[in-house]
Amino acid sequence: MRMKTPSINFMVARKIAGWISIGAVIGSVALIALIGLSFGLDFTGGSLVELEFATEPALETVRETLVIAGFPDAVVQAFGAPTDVLIRLAQDNAPKAGDVVFAALQAAGFEVELLRSEFVGSAVGEELREQGGLGLLLALGVVMLYVAFRFQFKFSVGAVVALIHDVLIVLGIFALFGLDFDLTVLAAVLAVIGYSLNDSIVVSDRIRENFRIMRTNDPLKVMNDSINQTLSRTLATSMTTLIVLLALLFLGGELIHNFALALTIGVAVGTYSSIYVVTGVLLMMKISRDDLLVPEKEQEIDDRP
Amino acid sequence: MIVSLVFGTLYGLPNGFPDDPAVQITSNRSTELLSEFDAIRAEDALKEAGIATIALDFDGSQALIRFDSIETQIKAKGVIQAALGSDFIVALNLAPKTPEWLQAIGANPMKLGLDLRGGVHFLMEVDLRAAVSQRLDAYASEIKQMLRQERIRFRSVDVKPGGEIEIRFLNTETRAQGVERIRTEYSGAFAYREADRDGAAFISLLLAEGEQANIEDYAVSQNLTTLRNRVNELGVSEPLVQRQGRNRIVVELPGVQDTATAKRVLGATANLEFRLEALPDTPVRETQQFKFRAEDRIAQLERDIITTGNSVSDARSSFDENGMPQVNINLDASGGRRMADVTKTSVGRRMAVIFIESRTRNEIDRQTGEIMQVRYKEQGIISLATIQAVLGNQFRITGLDNARESSELALLLRAGALAAPIYFVEERTIGPSLGAENIERGLNSVIIGFVLVMCFMIAFYKGFGVIANLALAVNLVLLIAIMSLFQAVLTLPGIAGIVLTVGMAVDANVLIFSRIREERMRGLADPQAIRVGFERAFVTILDSNITTLLVAIILAGIGSGPVKGFAITLAIGICTSLFTATLVTRLTVEGLFSHRHLPKWAL
Repeated sequence: MRMKTPSINFMVARKIAGWISIGAVIGSVALIALIGLSFGLDFTGGSLVELEFATEPALETVRETLVIAGFPDAVVQAFGAPTDVLIRLAQDNAPKAGDVVFAALQAAGFEVELLRSEFVGSAVGEELREQGGLGLLLALGVVMLYVAFRFQFKFSVGAVVALIHDVLIVLGIFALFGLDFDLTVLAAVLAVIGYSLNDSIVVSDRIRENFRIMRTNDPLKVMNDSINQTLSRTLATSMTTLIVLLALLFLGGELIHNFALALTIGVAVGTYSSIYVVTGVLLMMKISRDDLLVPEKEQEIDDRP
Repeated sequence: MIVSLVFGTLYGLPNGFPDDPAVQITSNRSTELLSEFDAIRAEDALKEAGIATIALDFDGSQALIRFDSIETQIKAKGVIQAALGSDFIVALNLAPKTPEWLQAIGANPMKLGLDLRGGVHFLMEVDLRAAVSQRLDAYASEIKQMLRQERIRFRSVDVKPGGEIEIRFLNTETRAQGVERIRTEYSGAFAYREADRDGAAFISLLLAEGEQANIEDYAVSQNLTTLRNRVNELGVSEPLVQRQGRNRIVVELPGVQDTATAKRVLGATANLEFRLEALPDTPVRETQQFKFRAEDRIAQLERDIITTGNSVSDARSSFDENGMPQVNINLDASGGRRMADVTKTSVGRRMAVIFIESRTRNEIDRQTGEIMQVRYKEQGIISLATIQAVLGNQFRITGLDNARESSELALLLRAGALAAPIYFVEERTIGPSLGAENIERGLNSVIIGFVLVMCFMIAFYKGFGVIANLALAVNLVLLIAIMSLFQAVLTLPGIAGIVLTVGMAVDANVLIFSRIREERMRGLADPQAIRVGFERAFVTILDSNITTLLVAIILAGIGSGPVKGFAITLAIGICTSLFTATLVTRLTVEGLFSHRHLPKWAL
């Protein structure tokens, strides 16, 4: 496949892209505020039992059995395979609730096997929530510092705005569809930060280089050329990452389904944001050649014919 | 490059050998080791039951019998336990099949996390307030005893709710004597505050600065030891018992199926107290009323405790001549001495054995309507018997409900009591079948992701794609080798981390190849384009990987369990992919094309 550097005029659509991004972010914030994230067991505390039935059970019967056993608030749902059932119990049940549920169903004549049972105390849930939020802020802070140190302040604002954009949209989609937000999803969101940054840096790196070597001082042209030059790399990396994520999404099983989903959305959005959000912010902050005048070490290499 | 390949292959290799299900036998008594004879007895019992074994390894202190399937392993455990009796711990285990020459160079397979092999994870919280108040109670009891022995007269020793011990002396002289004595005995433990009121001399002992932290710390580490002992008694191989933070303890029991028993034994706070029955003329403040556990009856006992289950050095359950369960108890030296001292002067009086257990119950808060867990202590007399003769350090107790209770009590006394009550704050159980399923799914996604990425790379970059794939394969091998070498725990999110690494690792190669293409288009000769391409891409690769690495490190720092597994894999993956892209890819490309034109198939 012999490819020429494409010359697509990305910047023509930058205003539209800007409005789409702003709309998506506002929409996500609204969704998170109005619907809220459906926090999983890790963050809310409570109990959860996953059982495998020998034959597909009638969920209503399971529910009735649990009401009789003293769990009127039990949520019973199919999980993955039709014979797999997930039962959630609210916080006020003691650690042994999982065992009681299992025993009650066995006593009621169901042929069941315990796949997993989890209990998280409310205090632990609260701590995990705090730790998670802290981790998110810390990651954003450290990343901003690093980019500011390695590049220039305007780039670091661009990169961080792109990160926040990506994270908010992932969270917004999770809120919209009421997907469970648990520890693994949090890990995925943090990984999205890592990935999206990766992309932004590659593009920023090229913008910086082009500002130095191109004769023009027209930021729009510099941006456009930079995006075009990195496009084949951006797409190739996004493709390979998406390929493995889709493999995880479809083959990895229920436990990491949401994890893979969050990453898939994040990578897709991250690819877009490295093209439009980073450049958008840089243009808004009126980036110019003068911002990058301080010569750096790699200048030496760059000046070669 | 060759070094890294050899290293990667050697240390990654053990993961290719699946584990054998096995049963591990060790002796229950610290004084006696398992003998080869016992191991052979176990093997004979298996033969008799018609259970096939693969191999028996005996290494002088423990025996490991391997089986071909999990079902036979579980059956075999029951057979061996029945044949050898309760003096041996029979534990389910997974024995690695790593060849000896690999083990000799320190190559072992990765450890599988609970989500892959099944088992239970508990997070327990130590009740530190209870630890402090128990310690104060013990101090008060000791001080009383000491003052009496020294014949320093006092009215009372009380533990006040604010966390202080108040002693009431008759006058300031005896107080001075008492304080002097306490100071020498407990140097630095207390701060003292004197007060004179109601015509008596009071002294308040407050815990000195740092002392409270010491008590708390001691309680947690003591509980850690006790939990370790209990886990050992349960017969679990490769358990993890670890302190987490100030007041939490993590316990992980791989392969445990019967979580209910595990939870009951680990969390049990059952302990014993031995007290004399109060005499009719004992002052009321010196007595305490106790209920009987089985009957609707009460008894007045002395407040002072002779000794507790903490001084038990050994305990065995058995049956008495009427077939009722009993526990034979050995006290340690100090406990035995106290028991002898007290019973010497009390032959003919009655002594009570009190069974104490902390429990929780749910209560509704009247004001907020929220349901809270309330912790309370349940204590009841299990036996109240006349002291026939001076008791030494060996005796037995009866009055237990059934054989299960007596054997669990014996186990708990042997393993030691918890210094402070613990509560389960988190619990995760993964059944063995889900674990196996997770491994399979994880492996499938790694393989399929890997193959698809390889196809993509070849389609996109042709000959160079093949080189990138070589680098990717080396990367994967290295990643697994490093994880094995550090004995990192592989979890399901960890596998996801590997998959993600596979996807992202090609990025470095992609950056390099794109750059080389560009430089060629700009008119550079091929060898030069290759050199410049590598050089220019390297800075970008470094920048983009360092930021991802930073995020992975933060994730490893704040996360626990599965998230940590993911973060560690991701971090190692970034390092190995940096290494392979810059070294493996570069050496191969330059070795092949540094002096000639790139053929058409190459890029």
